[in-house]
Amino acid sequence: MSGVALDPKTAAAFPIAARTALGDTQMRKNVRHATEVIQAKRARVVAEMPDWQQLREAGKQIRQHTMEHLDYYLQEFEANCTRAGGVVHWARDAEEARRIVVELVKASGSDEVIKIKSMTTEEIQLNAALERAGVHAYETDLAELIIQLGEDQPSHIVVPALHKNRQQIREIFKRRMNLPELGETPQDLADAARMFLREKFLRVKTGVSGANFLIAETGGVCIVESEGNGRMCLTLPETLITIAGIDKVVPRFEDLEVLLQLLPRSATGERMNPYNSIWTGVREGDGPQTFHVVLMDNARTEILADKDGRNTLNCIRCGACLNVCPVYRQTGGQAYGSVYAGPIGAILTPQLQEMHHAESLPFASSLCGACYEVCPVKINIPEVLIHLRGKVVQQKTAGVSGLFDVEAVAMKAMGMIFKSERRFRAAQRLGRMSETPLVRKDGQGVGWISWLPGMLGGWTQVRDLQEMPKETFRDWWEKRGKHGK
Amino acid sequence: MRWGNILSIEFNALADAAGGLALRVSLFITCYNDTLFPETGKSVVKVLERLGHTVEFPAGQTCCGQMHYNTGYQAEAMPLVQRFVDQFRDAEAVVVPSSSCVTMMKDHYPKMAEEIGDAKLMADVDALLPRVFEFSEFLTRRLGLEDVGAYYPHRVTYHASCHGLRNLGLGDGPQRLLRAVRGIELVDLEGLEQCCGFGGTFAVKNADVSSAMLAEKTTAVLNTGAEVCTACDNSCLMHIQGGLHRQRAGVKTVHLAEILAGEETVRR
Repeated sequence: MSGVALDPKTAAAFPIAARTALGDTQMRKNVRHATEVIQAKRARVVAEMPDWQQLREAGKQIRQHTMEHLDYYLQEFEANCTRAGGVVHWARDAEEARRIVVELVKASGSDEVIKIKSMTTEEIQLNAALERAGVHAYETDLAELIIQLGEDQPSHIVVPALHKNRQQIREIFKRRMNLPELGETPQDLADAARMFLREKFLRVKTGVSGANFLIAETGGVCIVESEGNGRMCLTLPETLITIAGIDKVVPRFEDLEVLLQLLPRSATGERMNPYNSIWTGVREGDGPQTFHVVLMDNARTEILADKDGRNTLNCIRCGACLNVCPVYRQTGGQAYGSVYAGPIGAILTPQLQEMHHAESLPFASSLCGACYEVCPVKINIPEVLIHLRGKVVQQKTAGVSGLFDVEAVAMKAMGMIFKSERRFRAAQRLGRMSETPLVRKDGQGVGWISWLPGMLGGWTQVRDLQEMPKETFRDWWEKRGKHGK
Repeated sequence: MRWGNILSIEFNALADAAGGLALRVSLFITCYNDTLFPETGKSVVKVLERLGHTVEFPAGQTCCGQMHYNTGYQAEAMPLVQRFVDQFRDAEAVVVPSSSCVTMMKDHYPKMAEEIGDAKLMADVDALLPRVFEFSEFLTRRLGLEDVGAYYPHRVTYHASCHGLRNLGLGDGPQRLLRAVRGIELVDLEGLEQCCGFGGTFAVKNADVSSAMLAEKTTAVLNTGAEVCTACDNSCLMHIQGGLHRQRAGVKTVHLAEILAGEETVRR
């Protein structure tokens, strides 16, 4: 596993990273097992909801409406959060967000922070920026702690250490917590983490969190979690800094009725999250006395401007699409070269990079549609994948170099062929002729191809291809017409 | 909307059964079935004619545009919408032995016509699509049939292709058709809802991942002990067959239409 941050700007293309991942049999076994367990739990708690499809539709409508009026709801959130005693900051991009958070931490007078699991902070590589500024960040989510201590990277947006099994986690804890006698039951591991973290909770005066939802109507922030470690970070520090993408806003408190049913069932297969924290500004004598919210764009308005891509922002980060994805199942998350892995990562990451990086990700899908089927807010991920493929091809074929791209040339030629029945028939004949040197007959006299050149060689690495029949359907049909039925 | 469709289709089926109506069916064979799997097309013709319907084959048909569209070459797919409409405009029913091609048309043609900005084409697409059926869907929903008089004495497992399962919502229609086949021994495939890893150009662009997915699928097929794996899509079957043949596994793949075309040889 890699200690190098998952950065789409430097990551290998998906097919190459995937090849490496496919060689890690332990990781693949762990991912298969974990996703199967979560999928089964999700299926159980979804099946017991008679109105699940209506809930999905309601979730979609809420998110869509919010995105259509995002400017309005963000300002409403800012006004209400400020009124309640919070301080709202706006960050155009990752760079600005990091700078603001570092300054706020410094101003809090602490050189340590305790952190709640947050994908947004992973997105902007906040921990590294804090470290550079002389501030140490302690991850307090159990899985994030495993990742941090193991100098690893997350492989899932909800269960970031899902690629590790219990024995591997025990090894990390033994080594990094200096516990040579550590037992191997889940209880032993949880106890070790508890001892390790409790001391940090009580000592560190500044907390950093992400957000599941920002509530425009009240100015409140909502975080759901399973461990209670998040609750510790939200209540014990003197200063709390929340960083959230601008897509996290919802209009009304009441909208949580829908979203807090959809999210836990989709994410962890729980009816309700064990800890649901909602806080609004600051209150004297209760919890952090200084509260900042950093609202970060980081390419989200670019995504919003694209009518065929903007559904991506409706995502509530449940991870159900990862668990059900047959590609993710084989490769795990790190092959995606981004903290956002799986189907949602394949559409979100390249758009967050404004299509300048991660161009291989929209192709990292067989378009099987399992992601769309489970998405709690009905994001048609296959449709967005196809849309983004179109953008990648457009970029690739613009200019002179497009004239020499083998795939583009072949695709354009095929396009011409399909425009005419005559050309199509000629191509069928040509195909039969040109495959002849590659065909070997089997014992039954059936011809098979086991080697194909160039890009097509991907097919024959584990598959054979039967030779083309001597007669096409349309030839047969014509002959049949001539001779009567 | 889907329920509305299904209800009206079932109603049509009832009406047809009552009147014993013979339909004029236009076959859209699809480019790859035409070129690589002509037996499937012949079988579709055989089944439909055995049921008393007339089959037509509009000669100018080529391709639905799926490969181009799904690979990012949307511009190249655009003219094929108009071509399809021109070829099948007057069809009473269009039957297509490929659920992924039908998905391409149903899920994308309306949007493509809209993007072209051609109001006439949009109207034509809307008028034509309700008459387009995947082959098994035509039998179960349009004709309301399960038993099409087939005989196929083999141990068979059914692979549900993703587009049939999720986009067209074929449900257990194909299995009901198979169960009604005389002589067949139908065995369930584990992981039915799991993609075989074909995905069109995905199989070459992400050949390693596709291979890993295929390995799971062929293992599941072999575990059934079936001698034949069938599906509504020759694209998935070509992929599964490619893997099984490389392993010399001795299991063949056969399109659903070819099983339904099976007949008992006349005794002497």
